[in-house]
Amino acid sequence: MTAAQAASSGERRSFADWFADPFRKPRFLAAATWIYIAWSIVPVLIAIRISFNAGRSRSAFQGWSMNWWTGTPGAALRDPQLLTAMRNTIVLGILTMIIATPLGVALAIGLVRWRGYGRRPANFLMLVPLVTPELVMGSALYLAFTQLFTVVELGREAQLLGHVTFTVSYVVVIVRGRLLTIGRDLEEAAQDLGATPLQGLRTVLLPLLGPAVFASLMIVFATSIDDFVISAYLSLDAGSETVPVKIYSGARRAPTPALNALATVMMLITFTAIALAMLLPRFFRRGQTGDTGSMVQDFAALDI
Amino acid sequence: MIGSPAPRPRRRGARDWAESRPPRWLWPALAAPGVAWLVVLFAVPFYAVIALAAGGQDPIFGDATAEWNPLGWNLSTIGDAFSGVFPGGTQWGPMGRTFVYVALAVALCFVLGFPVAYYVARFGGRRKGLLLALLLAPFWISYLMRMLAWVNLLQPDGYVNDALDPLPGFAGVNWLDGRWSTLVVGLTYGYIPFFILPLYAALDRNDTRLLEASRDLGVGPIRTFLHVTLPMSRQGMLAAAVITALPMFGDYYTQDLLSASPRTSMIGNQINLFLRQGSGSQFGSALVLVLSCLLAVLMAYYLWSTNVAARDVR
Repeated sequence: MTAAQAASSGERRSFADWFADPFRKPRFLAAATWIYIAWSIVPVLIAIRISFNAGRSRSAFQGWSMNWWTGTPGAALRDPQLLTAMRNTIVLGILTMIIATPLGVALAIGLVRWRGYGRRPANFLMLVPLVTPELVMGSALYLAFTQLFTVVELGREAQLLGHVTFTVSYVVVIVRGRLLTIGRDLEEAAQDLGATPLQGLRTVLLPLLGPAVFASLMIVFATSIDDFVISAYLSLDAGSETVPVKIYSGARRAPTPALNALATVMMLITFTAIALAMLLPRFFRRGQTGDTGSMVQDFAALDI
Repeated sequence: MIGSPAPRPRRRGARDWAESRPPRWLWPALAAPGVAWLVVLFAVPFYAVIALAAGGQDPIFGDATAEWNPLGWNLSTIGDAFSGVFPGGTQWGPMGRTFVYVALAVALCFVLGFPVAYYVARFGGRRKGLLLALLLAPFWISYLMRMLAWVNLLQPDGYVNDALDPLPGFAGVNWLDGRWSTLVVGLTYGYIPFFILPLYAALDRNDTRLLEASRDLGVGPIRTFLHVTLPMSRQGMLAAAVITALPMFGDYYTQDLLSASPRTSMIGNQINLFLRQGSGSQFGSALVLVLSCLLAVLMAYYLWSTNVAARDVR
């Protein structure tokens, strides 16, 4: 709309003025944002609400009860199959976290400091898993375990190896971001004061990396328990299925809201881990000065 | 009082400095376990896909057998898979659909996601922390949980139909019986957080002084948007589109949960289908290779663009 057109009618003109006013409130954008946020979260809240239904409906609210949590033999916290899936998921998440985090921290330090031949291919090998579709990685691991590494049976061990493989790069990206902000000054100061390189690593660098390491632990745990494709490809039978696999196989078939309750339990566990990752480092940092970054920064760093 | 002078601290020479430097092998040694892990469990499995796709078939059981020696590779299955995904081939239907669905879903991500990312980056103000937390929340809800929520909502007697009931022509629609529209919206819902966050990060880096300069020079809001904001954010938009499209190409579970009809099957469904049957795993792994080759362009672009962006920041 040109100024001349806008000037031709009083009403148009006021709209044009309003539109061109750089200080007007961005009402449309604000509305679009809040509508998006509602759209992204409300369906999940409805699914949680359905888990407290008194009746069997999975599509409408039917009173309140704990039937599908603890009340009936098929409830989320009583059904032996669902409990097995929950235990599998949590054990897998914890083991993945324990193995992937040290591996990733060492790889991050190594890649940032390593000068010379071999660094670039190693860096490339670390980055590619981040952009590989899970189906490609899952099917490749599945074929490798069934055709080549036949000593590892499908099931828990294969799932653990697969989960560590796809989460280790996340750790590297988070820790590397922090390493680049820390720089080498403090560590070199420690060495000037007589510390050996390894002492410098242990007494200066690792404590400074603490928040990033902790965030990595929690993010690896959360990513592992939410993973579906790799868990599904590497599971052997019902005994090694995880919660997302159960949700996948039951979503269209399950007769009761117990599945919603199961999904809610896992969501609560993930949120606890993420809340810990955000709050605990802040708690330990109280009284310390200097910017050590935040969870959002760590997460934004995930887009490599 | 004159005693013996206190020994002067010896100045640290270059030699001492060199000795206190970490040995050169320390950093590669730290990286070694991680690199070895990725070689054995990421690179080798990918080689296994090639070996199986280029292998033979067991003459008795019809199972695929891997050929580990590149000299013995038989490339006919891979060739079949490659010609299969082009128009006229056996896999053209799913492949073409995959491209169309992914393109539509990414376009929808753009329409819905750009205003959100733009608003939070430019006008977030005091609420930025809260808004970012809300935008991050879907990342920490399992993808399957979010799809389960839509399966609940889209049941024939679910709340979507309740809400649409007053509108003519929407009475008792079964949204889950193989509709491409449900699938596209489902893909959008599932992957849009991956679109908004990198786009937000890119828009947040934009220099608002350029917008002010454009305004001061008498350019209207629409032209400012088209000629200043959009060109500044092109890199971020492309990166966001690529990082959203990549997992969509390998998606099969969204289709299974929201449609489950062969009419809407995607290439991921075909791969999953072939790999799960013993005799189909050779063709399935050939399809994995084809998909990887097609996506390699996108992956390379993404790695290159983030590399450039990282260099600019430093």
